[in-house]
Amino acid sequence: MKKIESIIKPFKLDDVKDALNRIGVAGMTVSEVKGFGRQRGHKEIYRGAEYQTDFVPKVKIDLIVDSDMVDKVVSTITDVANTGSVGDGKIFVMPIEGAYRIRTGESGKDAI
Amino acid sequence: MKSKAFILLILATLMTASVAMAADPEPTAITNKEAIDLVQTHANYLWTLVAAALVFFMQAGFAMVEAGFTRAKNSINIMMKNLMDFSIGSIAFWAIGFGIMFGATSSGWFGTTGFFLSDFTPDGDPWVLAFWMFQVVFAATAATIVSGAMAERTKFTGYIIYSIFVSGLIYPVFGSWAWGSLFNGSGWLEGFGFIDFAGSTVVHSVGGWAALAGAIVLGPRLGKYTKDGKIKPIMGHNIPLAALGVFILWLGWFGFNPGSTTTADTSIAMIFVNTNLAAAAGACLAMIVSWMKFGKPEVGMSLNGALAGLVGITAGCANVSPSSAIIIGAVAGVIVVFSVMFFEKIKVDDPVGAVSVHGVCGAWGTLAAGIFNIGGTSAAIIGVQILGVAACFLWTFPAAFLMFKLIDKTIGLRVSPEEELEGLDYTEHGGIAYPDFGVSTHGGISSITGTPSSGLPSYAASTKPATQS
Repeated sequence: MKKIESIIKPFKLDDVKDALNRIGVAGMTVSEVKGFGRQRGHKEIYRGAEYQTDFVPKVKIDLIVDSDMVDKVVSTITDVANTGSVGDGKIFVMPIEGAYRIRTGESGKDAI
Repeated sequence: MKSKAFILLILATLMTASVAMAADPEPTAITNKEAIDLVQTHANYLWTLVAAALVFFMQAGFAMVEAGFTRAKNSINIMMKNLMDFSIGSIAFWAIGFGIMFGATSSGWFGTTGFFLSDFTPDGDPWVLAFWMFQVVFAATAATIVSGAMAERTKFTGYIIYSIFVSGLIYPVFGSWAWGSLFNGSGWLEGFGFIDFAGSTVVHSVGGWAALAGAIVLGPRLGKYTKDGKIKPIMGHNIPLAALGVFILWLGWFGFNPGSTTTADTSIAMIFVNTNLAAAAGACLAMIVSWMKFGKPEVGMSLNGALAGLVGITAGCANVSPSSAIIIGAVAGVIVVFSVMFFEKIKVDDPVGAVSVHGVCGAWGTLAAGIFNIGGTSAAIIGVQILGVAACFLWTFPAAFLMFKLIDKTIGLRVSPEEELEGLDYTEHGGIAYPDFGVSTHGGISSITGTPSSGLPSYAASTKPATQS
């Protein structure tokens, strides 16, 4: 089992969710986050004073998938969330030691 | 046949009836004068009180503008200030203010009769009540202007004391100079022919200069200026709310200016049109200037531009032509942008731009009422307008400054830095305005995160600004 953590542009969330559903990903956790990378922030104006916003709003998707799904999921997200401009986000893959479903007590693959 | 005869009979009856009526003398305006006067009187009451209701609604506009342009952590405090400056102000104006402003006077400096609405007797003329109602919402407008400039850092008890003084003393004294003769008084300034139909100076400049004094005595909000003196904007938390406030104020102004006739007559049409055109021109020009200066049509400045146009036309709304109204509003829209930037630069922190909109554009409007006077202008007319503008500043600013200093020295005017960072909603009123929403820390000093139970320690983690560079 692996955890796939992707940080994407907020307006890409629906497209990514639909694409992942199509390849058989049955669940995900989404959070609204802020941050910056190579995109840096951007300048905004408030009542005549310009200011720098460093933390740009992003959406983070957490997925736990079976190890053999990883490549397919990563390529799907890379494909769908890509706009070609800086700030499209990142994907991190990491191992998962265990998974349990609270209601039934199932564990491992059955729990995800 | 029978029905035909019946119709003829009816016709005959009608004809005799009309002949009989023509025999009576035709009613004329003169013979019906009593009835016509009565209808006019009732219409005057109705218009004055409907206008008073519209002006009252401006309180909601001021509250929304102020809340929208400030941070979520102070919203309850802002609602409480706007509620209480009207409520306490109403009582103070009933007890003292109205007598000072409209009572009989021998000196021309302040009235000395009519306190506690004593001009009203149960079987006497109730006009004093309609007039009082219209005047109290004006007094409350002057009072509430100050709230915005002092937002996010003023101690609530200090603000309550201020409300009593401004509605009971500072506003009525200047008001008596310019408007006393509208009732029992007679002010020295109106004696010179000072033009301020609906109160660019009497209401708005008084509010604006008191706001300036308050903002100076308080000092800027924490985090507004960096250590090396650079301006760091503190974003308002809800621009749609601020915009709603501006629309409400614009609506309320249709009572504020045309209602100042306190007479239901045809002159209100031009006042309505002037009011609307000046606001429109103010918004347009403020948008254009902000577009040219900042590269984008900026919403905060455009909203302030509409208000600037409204304040600008308030003095001359009954004395200038519609095309002059456009010029007056347009100039106000330009002035307000530069004025807001000027006060930011000299470190007067005015979160909503009250000093620029009401103080500066009020002064401009008063001057413009002389320049664009529809009956012709002269150096003498303009001179009196300048005298009025100067008198307003020289009375209001020092009086308000002294009052705020006294409050500061006695019960305290500003909250502690800890309270300010935590937000006045929790520290002054024990609540938070939006418990079910995550509060953004978008720029400036962080707002409250979590629930009130997280308590004071949470500010310690958030004293570092969320943004850098």
